[in-house]
Amino acid sequence: MTFLSYLISGISLGSVYAIIALGYTMVYGIAKMLNFAHGDVIMIGAYMSFCGTSYMGWSPLMSVVLAIVVCTVLGVTIERLAYKPLRMAPSLAVLITAIGVSYFLQNAALLIWTSNPKSFTSVVGGGAVKLFDGQLSISHVTLVTVLACVVIMVALTLFTTKTKMGTAMRAVSEDKGAAQLMGINVNTTISVTFAIGSGLAAIAGVLLCSAYPTLMPTTGSMPGIKAFTAAVFGGIGSIPGAMLGGILLGVIEIFSKAYISTQLSDAIVFAMLIVVLLVKPDGLLGKHRNEKV
Amino acid sequence: MKKLKNLSPSTRDNVICYGLAAVFFIVVQAMIAGGLINNSLKGQLVPICAYIIMAVSLNLTVGVLGELSLGHAGFMSVGAFAGIVVTSSLADVIPSAPLRLAIAMLVAAVCAAVAGVIVGVPVLRLKGDYLAIVTLAFGEIIKNIVNVLYIGRDASGLHFSLLEQGFELGEGGKMIINGPMGVSGIQKISTFTSGIVLVVITLFLVLNLINSRAGRAIMAVRDNKIAAESIGISTTRYKLLAFVVSAALAGMAGTLYAMNYSTVVASKFDFNTSILVLVFVVLGGLGNIWGSMIGAAVLTVLPELLRPVRDYRMLLYAILLIAMMLFNNSGIKQRMLDKRGMKQMEKLEKSEKGGA
Amino acid sequence: MKKILSMLLAGTMLATALTGCGAGGNSQDAGTNADSAEGDASASAAVFKLGGTGPLTGGAAIYGNAAKNGAQIAVDEINAAGGAVQFELKYEDDEHDAEKAVNAYNALLDWGMQISLGSVTSKPCEATAAETYSDRIFALTPSASSVAVIDGKDNMYQMCFADPNQGTASAQYIFDQKLGTKVAVIYKNDDVYSSGIYDTFKAKAAELGLEIVSTTTFTDASANDFTVQLGEAQKAGADLLFLPMYYQPASLILTQAKSMGYAPKIFGVDGMDGILTLEGFDTTLAEGVMLLTPFNADATDDKTANFVKTYKEKFGETPNQFAADAYDCVYAYVAAIEAAGCTADMSAQDICEKLVEAFPTISFDGLTGEGMTWDATGAVSKSPKGMIINNGAYVGM
Repeated sequence: MTFLSYLISGISLGSVYAIIALGYTMVYGIAKMLNFAHGDVIMIGAYMSFCGTSYMGWSPLMSVVLAIVVCTVLGVTIERLAYKPLRMAPSLAVLITAIGVSYFLQNAALLIWTSNPKSFTSVVGGGAVKLFDGQLSISHVTLVTVLACVVIMVALTLFTTKTKMGTAMRAVSEDKGAAQLMGINVNTTISVTFAIGSGLAAIAGVLLCSAYPTLMPTTGSMPGIKAFTAAVFGGIGSIPGAMLGGILLGVIEIFSKAYISTQLSDAIVFAMLIVVLLVKPDGLLGKHRNEKV
Repeated sequence: MKKLKNLSPSTRDNVICYGLAAVFFIVVQAMIAGGLINNSLKGQLVPICAYIIMAVSLNLTVGVLGELSLGHAGFMSVGAFAGIVVTSSLADVIPSAPLRLAIAMLVAAVCAAVAGVIVGVPVLRLKGDYLAIVTLAFGEIIKNIVNVLYIGRDASGLHFSLLEQGFELGEGGKMIINGPMGVSGIQKISTFTSGIVLVVITLFLVLNLINSRAGRAIMAVRDNKIAAESIGISTTRYKLLAFVVSAALAGMAGTLYAMNYSTVVASKFDFNTSILVLVFVVLGGLGNIWGSMIGAAVLTVLPELLRPVRDYRMLLYAILLIAMMLFNNSGIKQRMLDKRGMKQMEKLEKSEKGGA
Repeated sequence: MKKILSMLLAGTMLATALTGCGAGGNSQDAGTNADSAEGDASASAAVFKLGGTGPLTGGAAIYGNAAKNGAQIAVDEINAAGGAVQFELKYEDDEHDAEKAVNAYNALLDWGMQISLGSVTSKPCEATAAETYSDRIFALTPSASSVAVIDGKDNMYQMCFADPNQGTASAQYIFDQKLGTKVAVIYKNDDVYSSGIYDTFKAKAAELGLEIVSTTTFTDASANDFTVQLGEAQKAGADLLFLPMYYQPASLILTQAKSMGYAPKIFGVDGMDGILTLEGFDTTLAEGVMLLTPFNADATDDKTANFVKTYKEKFGETPNQFAADAYDCVYAYVAAIEAAGCTADMSAQDICEKLVEAFPTISFDGLTGEGMTWDATGAVSKSPKGMIINNGAYVGM
C-alpha cells in the first residue's frame, strides 16, 4: 500500500513536470531552441492567476484565462523582441538570449510582487478521492493535472498532424528554407508556436502552484530545469515523449527518495537519466536520425 | 596595427591573447602602484582570473570541440574541494603559500581530469542536446555528492565519509569539508599574480593545443565527424582529449577561486554557475579565445558597475545581456562595420585622389 | 579589417569597464572627502556610515529585504530623534553568495563604511566576516547564525541565536515539556542554517535520550514534494515533527501533511516565524505549531506595536524576525557607541577597537529580547521564547 501511495505521489509530481515539459518540447520541436525562459513564463502565469483570484476576487476559471492571455502575449512579445532578430544566428546565441530573458522576468517579478512568497490558492479545490477505505488518496489537483496533460498531449498531436498550421509547423521544423520556398510564412509559424507554448506555460504554472502552493519570483526555475530534463528524457521534440518523460521523472524522484536515500535523491534521478540516455541516445520516444555526410 | 594584420590568423590570435593578459596585469599593477584602484575592483581581480580560465577552458569544449556542456561548474567544484583538502593538509608541511597553491592546483587538475574522464567517456557518445543534458546531470550529481561529503584531518591522517560524519577526530583534529556546511575558515592564499600566471598557463596550453595537430583533428571532428573518421582520425580519442583538458583547467580555476574566499559551499558550483560561464563564452564568440577572456572580464565586472542603480541592478544586467547578444548576432554589428568600412574606403579614395 | 574593428570595440568595452571601475571609485572617494569636509564644518551633523550586505535579489531575497527594511526604520527613527549618534545606512545586494558578498562589502568600503551590519545569511557572512576581521571593521550581523561566522573573530558579533543554541534549546524544550517521545526530523541538507540546527539537535537528543525515529532531507531541487518524508515519519510512528527550516517549505509540509491525514505535533525554529503572515496561507493549517522565536509581531508591547505599524505603513507587509533583528542591531549600535564614546569623525579602525571593548559590557533591550548581553566571542545571550500558534496568533507557552 505504501508502494501504491508513493506511486501516486510520483505520478502527481510527474504530471506537473510533464505539463511543463509539453511546452518546452513544443517550442523546441518547431523553433529548435532551448527556451530557458519557459520556467519563468510559468512563474508569471502563476502570479497572474494569483492576482486574479486574490486581488481582483475573480473566479479561478477567469484567473486562469487571464494567466493564459497574459502569458500568450508575453511569449509572443519576447519572441518578437529577443528571439526573432536572431533567426539567422547560431542556436547557442539564442540560448544565451533566452537566459537573459529568464533573468529579466525573474527580476521584473521581484520588483512587481516583491520577494515575499505568496501562498497560492488552488484553482481546483483541495479535496481528494479516497480509495481502499481511505488508505490511498488521490488529490483532485493530481487528477486535473493528469487529465490536462492527456488532453493537451492529444490536442497538440492532432493540431500538428491534422491542421494546416500544424503541418506548416512540422515543415518549418524539418527545413526552414524549404518551408519558406513552399510559401509558408516561417516567422508567423514560429510566433504561433511561441504563443501556444506560452499559453501552455500559463496552465502549467497554475497547476504547479495548485499542487505545491508556494509562489516566489524563482518558483519557475527549478521545475523548469526538471521539466527540460524530462523533455530530453522522453526524446526532445516528441509530444508523447514529454508526457512520458515527465511522469517517469516524477516517479523516479519519489521512489529514489522513498527506497534509497533522501540525501542523494538528486544524484540518483540524474544518474538514472544518464543510464537511460546511454541505452537510448535519443531519449525514450525520440526519433533517431542518421547522420549523413 | 598593420603588422598585426599581416600576421597569420593563428599567430595574431595568440598575440592578442597574451597581449590582453599582459595589458590587464600591467594596467592593474600600475593602478595599484598609483593608488588609483578601489576596493571593489581589487576584490574582483582573482575571480576575474578564475572566470577567464573557466571561460577559456569551456571554449575548448563548446567552441573548438563543438559540444555544448552545461556542467562545467562541476569540474570547478571538484578542483575547488580537492585544492582545499590539499592546502589545508599541507599547511604545516609547506609554509610557502605560492608553492602550496601550485601543488594544490596540480592535484586539483588531476582530480578534475579524472572526473573529466569519468564523465567524458559516456557523455561523448551522445550528441547535441542529449550530450548537453547529460553534462548538466553530471554537474548536479557532483554537487549532490560533494554536499554529503565529510573530510576531516587529525594526527593520524585524513578521514573520509559520505552521508554523515562516520568518524571521530582525534585531539587537535579539524573538519576540512563538513558536508552541507561546506568549508569554513579557508586561509586565503590566491593572489592576483597567481591568477594571472594561471591565466597565462591556460592560454599556453589551450592555444598550443588548438594550433597543434591534435587541435586540427579536434576541429575536424567538430566540422564533420564522418569526414574526419574517414581519414582515420579517432573521434573518441580527440573528443576525450579536448574534454579532459578542459576539465583539468576548470579544476585549477576552482582551486584559484576557492582559495580567494574564506568559505565555500557545494551549492555555489551549480547549474547557474555553469550557465554563467557559458554566457561568457558565447558572448565572446565560439572558438574565439580572447573573446572569452573579454567576455568573462566584462560580465564579471558589469553587475558591480551597476550597483548605483540599486533595485534595478539585475534587471538592467539582464537587459544589457540581451542587448549585447542581439548586437553581436543580429546583423546590427555587421551593418555598422560595413558602413564604417565604406566610409574608410571613401576616405582612402579621396586622399588618393588628393595625393594625385 | 572587420576583425580588427570588432576587436577594438571589444577592447573599448573592457577599457570602459576598467576605467569605469576606477572612475567610479574616484568619484566615490571624492564623495567621502566631501562628506568628511562637511563633517568638519559642523561636527554635530556628522553621521556614522553603516553598511550591510544581504540577498536583495534571487531566491533568498525575502531575508535580505526584510533586514534592510528593518534597519532602515531604526535609522530613520534615530535620525529623526536627532540624538548625538546619527546614521547613514547603505545595503548592498549579495545574492546569497559568498563571492558577491565580498564584492558588495568592497563596494561598501569604497563608499566609506565605518561600521558594518555584516551579512544577512550565514555563508556570505562567513566570507565578509573574514574581510571585516582583516580590515578591522566592527560588524554585528542581524541573522547570520552559524558558529563559523563569529569563530575566532573578536570584532564579529551576532544579534540572533547561534544555530547550535537553537538545536540544543529545541531538544531540551521538547524533552522538558514532554512534547513528544518519538521525533521525526525533516531538514534541508543543502542549507547551512537547517543542517546546522539539525546536527546539534541530534547530539542533544542523543544525550537526553529523546528518540529520533526518522530523519529525512530535501534540497532546493526537490523542495516541492514532501510526501515521502512525511510518509516515513508517519510509518515510524512519530508523534512530533521537528522542522528546522524557513517557513516557506514548512508551509508546504503542513499542507501536505494535512492532505495525508497525518497530524503530529509540529515544532519549529525561528525561521518558522512569518508563516502566519504568508500571503494567501490558510493559517488554520499552522494551528498548534510550536516554535522557539525571539520575535513576535503580534506582541502588544509599545516597542513592537510601533515597529510593526511603521513597517506596515512603509513597506505594506508584516515584519518578520529578520527585520526585527536588523532593527535591534541599529539600536544596539547606538547603545554601544554611546558607551564607547565613539564619534563619527573617527576612522573605522578606531571605532572597531572601541566597540570591541564596549560591546561585552552593554546590556540591551530590543524587540527580540530583554537584557541581551554579549560575551567576548560575539555570541548573544538571550532566551528564546516558546510560542504556540493558537487561533492564528502566537501565544506564549
